[in-house]
Amino acid sequence: MQIVIDHTTTYRYGDAPLRVHQALRLWPVPGGGQVIYEWRVDVDGRKIRPTSRDGFGNPVATHVAEGPSAALRLHVHAEVETLDRHGVVGHTEDSLPPAFFVHPTLLTSADAAILEMAHGTARDSESDVARLHRLSAAVRERIDYQPLTTDVATPAAEALAAGAGVCQDHAHVLLAAARALGHPARYVSGYLCASAEQIAASHAWVEIYVEGLGWVGFDPANQICPDERYVRVATGRDYRDAAPVRGVRVGGGIESLEVLVRVGDQ
Amino acid sequence: MTQASAPVFDEMHSDGATRAPYALIDAWLQALPPEHVALKRREAEEWFRRIGITFAVYSEGGDPERLIPFDLIPRVLAQSEWQRLQRGLEQRVRALNAFIHDVYHDREILRAGRVPQQLVLGNPQFRPEMAGFELPRRVYTHIAGIDLVRTGPDQYYVLEDNCRTPSGVSYMLENREVMLRLFPELFRRASVAPVAHYPDELLETLRSVAPVHCRGEPTVVLLSPGIHNSAYYEHAFLADEMGIELVEGADLIVRDDICYMRTTGGLERVDVVYRRIDDDYIDPLAFRENSLLGVPGLYFAYRAGNVNLANAIGAGIADDKAVYIHVPEMVRFYLGEEPLLANVPTFDCRKPDDLKYVLEHLHELVVKEVHGSGGYGMLVGPHASSAERAAFAAQLRARPHEYIAQPTLALSTVPTFVENGIAPRHVDLRPFVLTGECTRIVPGGLTRVALREGSLVVNSSQGGGTKDTWVLENDKGLD
Amino acid sequence: MLARTASNLYWLARDLERADYTARLLLSAAHLSAVRADGDRDSEWRAALAASGSSLENADSTRVVRYLAFDSSNASSIVSCLENARRNARAVRTALTVDMWDAVNGTWLELRSFDPAKMDEDRLSAFLDWVKARTGLFHGAYASTLLRTDGFRFTRLGQFLERADNSARLLAERVSASLSTSDAQNIDDQAALAVLRVVGARRAYRVFYKGRVAPRAVAELLMLRPEFPRSLVYCFEQITQQLAEIRDQDPRQSAECKRLAHLMYAQLRFGRIDDVLDAHPTARLRDLIARIGEISAQVARGYCF
Repeated sequence: MQIVIDHTTTYRYGDAPLRVHQALRLWPVPGGGQVIYEWRVDVDGRKIRPTSRDGFGNPVATHVAEGPSAALRLHVHAEVETLDRHGVVGHTEDSLPPAFFVHPTLLTSADAAILEMAHGTARDSESDVARLHRLSAAVRERIDYQPLTTDVATPAAEALAAGAGVCQDHAHVLLAAARALGHPARYVSGYLCASAEQIAASHAWVEIYVEGLGWVGFDPANQICPDERYVRVATGRDYRDAAPVRGVRVGGGIESLEVLVRVGDQ
Repeated sequence: MTQASAPVFDEMHSDGATRAPYALIDAWLQALPPEHVALKRREAEEWFRRIGITFAVYSEGGDPERLIPFDLIPRVLAQSEWQRLQRGLEQRVRALNAFIHDVYHDREILRAGRVPQQLVLGNPQFRPEMAGFELPRRVYTHIAGIDLVRTGPDQYYVLEDNCRTPSGVSYMLENREVMLRLFPELFRRASVAPVAHYPDELLETLRSVAPVHCRGEPTVVLLSPGIHNSAYYEHAFLADEMGIELVEGADLIVRDDICYMRTTGGLERVDVVYRRIDDDYIDPLAFRENSLLGVPGLYFAYRAGNVNLANAIGAGIADDKAVYIHVPEMVRFYLGEEPLLANVPTFDCRKPDDLKYVLEHLHELVVKEVHGSGGYGMLVGPHASSAERAAFAAQLRARPHEYIAQPTLALSTVPTFVENGIAPRHVDLRPFVLTGECTRIVPGGLTRVALREGSLVVNSSQGGGTKDTWVLENDKGLD
Repeated sequence: MLARTASNLYWLARDLERADYTARLLLSAAHLSAVRADGDRDSEWRAALAASGSSLENADSTRVVRYLAFDSSNASSIVSCLENARRNARAVRTALTVDMWDAVNGTWLELRSFDPAKMDEDRLSAFLDWVKARTGLFHGAYASTLLRTDGFRFTRLGQFLERADNSARLLAERVSASLSTSDAQNIDDQAALAVLRVVGARRAYRVFYKGRVAPRAVAELLMLRPEFPRSLVYCFEQITQQLAEIRDQDPRQSAECKRLAHLMYAQLRFGRIDDVLDAHPTARLRDLIARIGEISAQVARGYCF
């Protein structure tokens, strides 16, 4: 499927900041069933290219915007061709071994409720893939899709207790539960082309390492394995590692964010 | 294993005689009038206070700019004793560097099952940010402080490795400086290997690990958390001695993955950062986002190969107290050699058998937190009350993987001035091993001394003092 | 040099200059209130308070001394200045000579031996004399040991910007009211005398002026006499000279502070006292203080402090 992404994020500040530093993870690694025809990122009209990769293999770049400007506009334009691989990403060439991804992080540590959900779902005589599908379904069942009830710093346990959240929270809870059962699991940030309206938000899901298959994608928010509508961008242990944008700034008052994403198929 | 009750080895007097390396010191002490000692001690203290060498102790009230007590009696090593240690230190640090490179690349030692995979990959000191990253000369711990203890004429043990930001070298240098001022005559009679060239060696080391495409003379800076840091004096001292800028996070800025310092004339490019800030605080864009000490984007400039950091991010994986257990195995694995320096036998509380033994023998063991440092969070069994031991046992059972235990070694003693004259006090030794295009070790290191009678804890945060450490230039005339 | 280092040296010198000035103000107040015929115990102290640029409710001698000398919550009290100076010195240890460090650190160490709770008049004088001597030691130490590179220039810049500010304030608070009246009196003007005492210029005054001590002549001495090292014109001669010598990679960056400083210097260098003060001396002096403040702000901007 041919996908076109036009993703604009505008950061607005209460006061003009003295300086904004951002680290961007907005470029996909080639391969994995994706062919990139074009991928362009610019900040206030200035083109940015990734200059190195982080430990997870994600292409990264940083930029500094010196004030005084009360807004900052990030734009991604991409044209990608994707295949439906039924979620199977397979054995990727990574610097970090799957075994690393079995350890919890601050955002994905499993509390009693997550452990109970993980072990309660697992049955003895079933395949890993079947078990993970049911786990993913359980996560979606327990967490209602409700924007603005959580933020990017909400830990999995809190999101589960609240019973509400967005795709990050679904991903974090599934990561915590899968790891608790001993499955290496990683966070994926990317884009989803919800073809009916051809407009969607950027998205987050999970990849779990299954012996024999390698990494397999699970999208707990939509209850499927990623197909040709998904564009993988960055991976990590949780949101913090794979966040499309991480920023710090000097001055600037209150920050607000406005996102406009168009992911359309052609 | 030597227990605390076993006879203690005194480095000066052993078997009723004075050991050869200490002959001069012994004669000097005999001839030194007591009132002279009091005067010299005051002079030494005045000197340290005047230069402002102080040490802030956490979690303690009182004077935030307390001096670390300095003892006038030097600790002496014969050249032959030092040679042996030096070879062992070089070997150990080579293995540590090879290990750190390995765990961030092919992880052969884990695949070979020589170090448990879980111990490395699940360790908070393992930094995935470093995976697959090629460093200049593959050096991670450019400055390593290896803590050694001695229990007999030929028995040395490594107590712990400090691969992150070991401190104390300024004391090594200032201790010698003050001794030379107070007792020039003594140095004329002895031939003591100099240590004053350490800053030059350090600067050479740092320059030799500049990024590969750095042209011309590399610009090196020392990055300090600032004047509130307990080791600030050392940061200023080393920067001054090396003739490099002492910078704080706000003095550096990263643009387009290049690191610059802010000067009155604009931005100036930086090639190597000798950083004395922990990994967690070094770059808020990559690690703790609320860190005000760090430099946004420094990690990315580092990964882009435009600036080098000493020590490397993630070097702490090699000085974890549970990883320590495996260092002799690293020497065999990477170097194909037998380790020249032994580890203290260590019980790994994550192993059920070890834990059982430790709980049964708490009264004779030292128990340490795997991730602790500076003498905090440890139990010295023989000196603890039974209530303290019981409380610690509960913690151990609850979180065994966070602890290791070691027998309480009978650390060697060196004569030390105490309230009433001279008495033996336990010591350790921290030599500083520099690794760049070659390995450099300034003879000796920092001798720390436990000033309280019978105490085995030498940490300055726990009431320890320091001594000048002598390595004799040659052993001629020694038996 | 590192911008922060320059800033620390600049503030180190400013704080010590300020400590010296405050000690001089208090010494003068102590003396004058002791010799006052009318027995008014507080007005000299209030005048000292005003000349330091501070204000305080119910100011009497005890409160003023406590506030200006020992109050660590007052950022420009003597003890705060000495503490700040030590903190700045520690932060730039590598940029100081040993003698400079000894002067600052020694002062800080000795400061602990003065107990504010036990200050009577004699002890206070001893303390204030000590402050003058210690700050003098620092000024001498840097003048005779520091390399004539940018570190020296920023130190001197700080010292003389602070001094200019102090001299201007002293005139504005103590004699500006009497400047508009004529000088044809036959007794010494008490306020003008007090000014001379603070800046230690009784003798200097006699060198240039005959007869009674008059406010206008004192103002001229403190503003326009290039021979007098606390005069504004002397301070700005120093300031413009340092600004000219500081190594600049990008002259545009520091152009504004240089322009303002040179403008000020030219006016003081070529001005006559009647023109400089015209019919509104108080307003003129306040304007001067504001311009000195603006130059300080531009220096900070021009050198990335």
